Amino acid sequence: MSDISRRPPQLLRHLSGKIASIPLVATALVVFVGCTAWTVFYSFTSSKLLPKLKFVGLDQYERLWTTSRWLVSIENLAIFGLCSMIFSLAIGFLLAVLLDQKIRYEDTFRTILLYPFALSFIVTGLVWQWILNPDYGVQNIVRQMGWSSFTFDPLYDADIVIYGILIAGLWQGTGLIMCIMLAGLRGIDEDIWKAARVDGIPGWKTYLFIIIPMMRPVFITAIVLIATGIVKVYDLVVAQTSGGPGIASNMPAIYVMDNMFRGQNIGQGFAASTMMLLTVLIVLIPWAYFEFGGKKHG
Amino acid sequence: MAENIADETKVGPSGAKPRRAFSRRNILIYGTLIIVSLYYLLPLWVMVVTSLKGMPEIRLGNVFSPPVEITFEPWVKAWSTACTGLNCDGLSRGFWNSVRILIPSVALSISVASVNGYALSMWKFKGSEVFFTILMIGAFIPYQVMIYPIVILLREMGLYGGLSGLVLVHTIFGMPILTLLFRNYFASVPEELFKAARVDGAGFWGIFFKIMMPMSLPIFVVAIILQVTGIWNDFLFGVIYTKPDLYPMTVQLNNIVNSVQGVKEYNVNMAATIITGLVPLIVYFISGKLFVRGIAAGAVKG
Repeated sequence: MSDISRRPPQLLRHLSGKIASIPLVATALVVFVGCTAWTVFYSFTSSKLLPKLKFVGLDQYERLWTTSRWLVSIENLAIFGLCSMIFSLAIGFLLAVLLDQKIRYEDTFRTILLYPFALSFIVTGLVWQWILNPDYGVQNIVRQMGWSSFTFDPLYDADIVIYGILIAGLWQGTGLIMCIMLAGLRGIDEDIWKAARVDGIPGWKTYLFIIIPMMRPVFITAIVLIATGIVKVYDLVVAQTSGGPGIASNMPAIYVMDNMFRGQNIGQGFAASTMMLLTVLIVLIPWAYFEFGGKKHG
Repeated sequence: MAENIADETKVGPSGAKPRRAFSRRNILIYGTLIIVSLYYLLPLWVMVVTSLKGMPEIRLGNVFSPPVEITFEPWVKAWSTACTGLNCDGLSRGFWNSVRILIPSVALSISVASVNGYALSMWKFKGSEVFFTILMIGAFIPYQVMIYPIVILLREMGLYGGLSGLVLVHTIFGMPILTLLFRNYFASVPEELFKAARVDGAGFWGIFFKIMMPMSLPIFVVAIILQVTGIWNDFLFGVIYTKPDLYPMTVQLNNIVNSVQGVKEYNVNMAATIITGLVPLIVYFISGKLFVRGIAAGAVKG
């Protein structure tokens, strides 16, 4: 438009746009890059009460992987993660299919299935702590019905405590997965259904062999969402069991928080949080590769 | 739906056959949905009935039965006299703290993110895509990795322990999702509109305030819903970045219910839990489809 010689230099062009982007740039560089690098860096030091630059190599990691509490946390994360992945996907998809049958009151059903997602993990954890209370909750009610030897006491039994948390987590989170799946189902071309009908393929087979493969991107999004959510699980456990009984329901996030803010053992906290980051990367990198790397090759 | 159409065609072309309301298929679908819905509603029911019972009735022991004698005393106690540590002024303290955290956090995070999204979609500069990518990756980093250095940064700035520090933290961690939301929205605005405004001499802020903001009210509403529920429900940041007498409601609730001292008053605990969940629930039920749109925008693209 204007004469080239009168253009301001590169850096000053659209200056107010650049000034307005300062918060964005600062957040990206200082917090997401800077703080992450700082934590990873200090995980190689022997910091105890305060961060200090005394390098000890991989000592913190060695100690981490020989601490039984961390191993319990990892085992819990694996069980909780695997179960909530499978159940969230299965329940979320089935509910979405049911809601997609051109039914009446769809909005009402959807509202009911999604409302737990609006509640915080603290509220979720406390409600389920109460429902699973052995003296007044489910166990007691079944016993009152005459089955006096019935035991279902997940929050006070170290072997099954993680499933008690799983029940609460699924109640809170499946609505979201259902919504994503429903959006995916609605995005499928009606012609596919017509073609399947013409060929006389039964409904369930159409879902299993045509629709699900077509919904691959939706499933991948859901999987990434569930996986990153699982690694972060913290408030739910704090509210429901505080990590107990004993250390039975510890999770990596709780281990990190206790070491950083209570145990005054921040080097351990840094090492453990770096392991959490690593877990997320293991999930994220293949996804990013398929999602963005694939496009370049066509 | 597949079976239905197939059935209709088998019957022949004798006009539209009215679908029977109680076909096996319908019973199966509605039956399953009703049972599942009841299961999902159960905790809400348990919360409400428990909070309306007196302790003697609770000790008789059935969390699901409706109250015989309705009492609002647990609600009053939870709101105004329940104890956390030495403070015995109930959840009201946490409620007002949460309000004082919520309003500036929502306002600041949405202002910053909307300008970010606008700059990223209309005023791209060298490297802007790189920063955006970092922001998107950053959304997946577990908070535990970043919280400690942020404590140090806030302490250096003199904001640690106060409300303004927490507001800043909410703004930072709300940024990826909100920026994405606004960027995608502004990217769908026709380019001609932007060019015409440029020709008329409107600058960065002129276009933002006079053209973009008025036409993007729905997305602002979606962002507000997303942030109000997200910030109200936050526990982690509240517990790390504020002092006990400034704790938000979720933290105080957890302290009331999980305190080890004294006799457990389950009815007061449940009343407190409901009161804490009330704000996001009201937002959810009023906003309806916009809430779904908000989480879909955040989830599917993020």
